[in-house]
Amino acid sequence: MACNSSTCNSSGCYKGYEEEEQPKPNTKAAVNGGNSCQNLCVKCKVNEPVCCGIGGENSRFCKDCFKNNLYGKFKQAVTYNAMITPPDKVLVAFSGGPSSRVVLQFVHEMQYKAQKNYDANKDKSLPVFGVGVAFIDESSTHSFTSLHIEKAIEDIRLIVSNLAPPSKELFVVPIESIFSSDGIDGKERLKELLDAVSDVTGKEDLLIRLRILLLQKIASENGYTRIVLGTCTSRIACHVISATVKGQGYSLSADIQYVDSRWEIPVVLPLRDCPAQELNTLCSLDGLKIVELLNGPCSGINGLVSSFVKVLQEENPSRECTIVRTAGKLTPFHFNRVPEIHDSNVPSATRRHQKRYTLKPNGSLSSDSFCPICSSPLKKSNFPSSLRSHGNQQNPDLIASACSSCQFQILPKDPSLMEEFLSVLPQQMITKAKHGDQGDFSLLREQIQEFLLSDGENEI
Amino acid sequence: MEADSKPKKSGARLCCVCNQNRAALKRPKTLEQICRECFYAVFEEEIHQVILENQLFKPGERIAIGASGGKDSTVLAYVLSELNRRHNYGLDLFLLSVDEGITGYRDDSLETVKRNELQYGLPLKIVSYKDLYGWTMDEIVKMIGLKNNCTFCGVFRRQALDRGAALLKVDKVATGHNADDIAETVLLNILRGDIARLSRCTSIITGEDGPIPRCKPFKYTYEKEIVMYAYFKKLDYFSTKCIYSPNAYRGFAREFIKDLERTRPRAILDIIKSGEDFRISTTTKMPEQGTCERCGYISSQKWCKACVLLEGLNRGLPKLGIGRNQGLNSDGKKDRKRDSRTPSIESKQCGSLEF
Repeated sequence: MACNSSTCNSSGCYKGYEEEEQPKPNTKAAVNGGNSCQNLCVKCKVNEPVCCGIGGENSRFCKDCFKNNLYGKFKQAVTYNAMITPPDKVLVAFSGGPSSRVVLQFVHEMQYKAQKNYDANKDKSLPVFGVGVAFIDESSTHSFTSLHIEKAIEDIRLIVSNLAPPSKELFVVPIESIFSSDGIDGKERLKELLDAVSDVTGKEDLLIRLRILLLQKIASENGYTRIVLGTCTSRIACHVISATVKGQGYSLSADIQYVDSRWEIPVVLPLRDCPAQELNTLCSLDGLKIVELLNGPCSGINGLVSSFVKVLQEENPSRECTIVRTAGKLTPFHFNRVPEIHDSNVPSATRRHQKRYTLKPNGSLSSDSFCPICSSPLKKSNFPSSLRSHGNQQNPDLIASACSSCQFQILPKDPSLMEEFLSVLPQQMITKAKHGDQGDFSLLREQIQEFLLSDGENEI
Repeated sequence: MEADSKPKKSGARLCCVCNQNRAALKRPKTLEQICRECFYAVFEEEIHQVILENQLFKPGERIAIGASGGKDSTVLAYVLSELNRRHNYGLDLFLLSVDEGITGYRDDSLETVKRNELQYGLPLKIVSYKDLYGWTMDEIVKMIGLKNNCTFCGVFRRQALDRGAALLKVDKVATGHNADDIAETVLLNILRGDIARLSRCTSIITGEDGPIPRCKPFKYTYEKEIVMYAYFKKLDYFSTKCIYSPNAYRGFAREFIKDLERTRPRAILDIIKSGEDFRISTTTKMPEQGTCERCGYISSQKWCKACVLLEGLNRGLPKLGIGRNQGLNSDGKKDRKRDSRTPSIESKQCGSLEF
């Protein structure tokens, strides 16, 4: 049986991993005067420290260095993965919580700097990227009073309007507008959909999927080219464990990378290297206002996983980072990078820049198929024969093409209820089911793009 | 998430498989209501299918069952000999036990194994740390304390099993690792950053390129079901935790899995499935394999871990082999200075055991 000891370091145990060790911040240079350094920021050695980094006792930063450190992680993630380039219009998903508040702040600061450079520059070659903010109003799934939600929306409007110049468009969209018919109709349909899912965890996960679909809709209808999420290290650590627990080990690596281009509008995670604790600290240090819209504590499997990770964190504060680092060693997918820019209107300097920084694709460019409900890539052996899609295009497609986790926790157990369930699913998911077994042609197209003469070929 | 429960309003619930007998229990894996006979049947049949589908055994093979006297190994011995008979696997089965020298724990559980030998009619071989290494766990703990003792025991036991297997001249070792164990191990490896182990830990057969391959017929069998089987069949087993293990890190994972099982029983199998499906590049998998210079056992370093640890014990350096700087000093191998306080007995050279 594998070793039980908490500090086992037998040779096979940690060959090739760097763990069980607090990350060493910039303390080495600082610890050379003994006690005088206790009262100084370990980085600049000038100001007074106000807070600890994740490293614990050793890393006490002053406010400025702490913020710079955090912003630095953000900036590096953005640059290294070519997340945001001048012609982009990025949509920041804003939930009101500390992580999305910080990512909004950082994106704004980056945009502000770019604007100043643009204004100061005679040669206006590189335009400034645009920023929009999207808030999804999920009040129809909860029992908040309308007063509560209205106040929250007001607060959000204020936050966004204060982040100008450059000004940012704010979209406040109710979750039920995922269905093309909105208004009362949408609310009813949403309620019906959620009621049809008996598993608590399934309900929560389905709601997350709907959120992403809605963000995609807002972004594509309004000309945005990137969606920015404030997902932090802690949330990713929880996702690693919960995906493992739900049998989604194969697709796990797709969800936790910096870039996710599965969808029409690529989704990027610039705060991937920032632990929640640091983001919380920054919010309180900088007075960044948070809009607390408690969507209820997670229950079911997701709730169990967060409590588990919390317990682990208490036992060892660097556990979240280790979890994410381990999962980071799993092989990503070909869509875990920013798609190459083929638009000849984009300055070639930008395209060269992006090419240089984009991750090289891993392994073969396989045409993965995806679960229509959660969009997770399906393992080839789990994938049913494509011959099945002939004939009846109704139930068999969805059941057959969904991943095992969705089949268990989302799809109704009773086959007689399936028809009804399909009728309340958002159209985007049904479409995916119908075409799920035709693989991902966009990547193939990318390879031959420059030789295609016209768009005559029907993109399926 | 109740699976097929058929509430019969008439009172007595019938077994959902045979529909004749009264249901005596709820299956932990599926929550089905089932009678005893059908439970035995489905339990045994599932294991039989795992053995067939994964081709764990070949006719004529000699198999050593790692027997600790605990519920997993007792049930394994019982079920394997039963299936061997019923389905004509054609195997020669043996019980192989390791005596770590833990008073009040191992000596009691060994009595159980000796009884199993008689009850199941399987020849028993016991190998002891004292004979192999010159140290009992009691002595080791006295020297190094209660931290890292699991490291010593685990490393020593692995080699002990292999040596015992070589003595018995068996082709494979079967251990009682169950689904809960493997799920815990998957989680542990994620938590501790061991990507190499993560890629190997869900394999049902391991060590095929080493001295003795090992297999885990209980890979998909729930711990609760093993307990239920042993309970209903009134099998003789020893059920106390090792007295030196209360602080093991595995405890975190175990608690979590227990909570998971309550909410969603299939989560245990889902964790194993995730472990099997993780996309891990083949280049990160195997450490380079060689042999230990001192004893000839399989090792990825110059000395196998057991030899390193033993050297530490014999020289009064309990931390040797533990922690980051685990390499021996450059003069360590040649320097045989003995600490006058502790008796130094080197482990036997393995030349005679044909590694």
